[in-house]
Amino acid sequence: MAVKVMIPTPLRIYAGKRDSAEFAAATVGEALGRLTGEFGELRKHLFTEEGKLRAFVNVYLNDEDIRYLAKENTPTKDGDTISIIPSIAGGSTRAPSGR
Amino acid sequence: MANTHTLWISAHLAEKIRAHGVETYPNECCGALLGRDTEVLRNQADAERKIAAPREVLKLYPLANRNGESPRNRFMVTADDVRNADLEAQSHGLEVVGWYHSHPDHPARPSEYDREHAWPWYSYIIVNVNHGAAEDMASWRLNDDREEFSPEGIEIRQHAAVQIER
Repeated sequence: MAVKVMIPTPLRIYAGKRDSAEFAAATVGEALGRLTGEFGELRKHLFTEEGKLRAFVNVYLNDEDIRYLAKENTPTKDGDTISIIPSIAGGSTRAPSGR
Repeated sequence: MANTHTLWISAHLAEKIRAHGVETYPNECCGALLGRDTEVLRNQADAERKIAAPREVLKLYPLANRNGESPRNRFMVTADDVRNADLEAQSHGLEVVGWYHSHPDHPARPSEYDREHAWPWYSYIIVNVNHGAAEDMASWRLNDDREEFSPEGIEIRQHAAVQIER
């Protein structure tokens, strides 16, 4: 069964300039694994060195945040769409606490 | 690698970013940069010998800083805000080419925290607001290897090169 993964604009350069890719996958995690298997350069922008999704990277299955589903174990079905949306965070170097 | 990226922005929009930083001082401001990026030379064999096609900021999408805990030295744009910025850009035939934020009483250089939370390709404009007055403005792009940012030239133009629907 095929799941469509939408690739965000900033990361398309690492995915052959494609805006989406389809994979056979039974879970969100499997789809992301196939995505980064095919496009290895994508991996470090989505996952930490420990293999966890980066905190600012949000993954949606058909518009539902997988954090509120079964995270990367969320099952997928034929025709599902996975979106990857960053939250944007930053700030100056001073420690955030203690003020 | 040398500084191969240049960001065009009108004097009017650059001033709006500064004004946003002053308005929210001593807290950080943030917003999306909507514009166009032709990427003509990206990934081409001769890219290293040429300057990448300019990216132009044509509209700003100011956002509320969602970091309620430490807004003086942190900013947060939620995924919903990012989606809304994308929709706003699309409605003008543009795309989100980057983000801006202020560093109150701190230089316009990206921090380690900025690096950990960035993606390549986006332009990250930082404006330094010193004692309530906007000073330096700089733009940065995260390198492919995520190790550091490279400075991106900002070319302040009197007028936008392209007019967009208002």
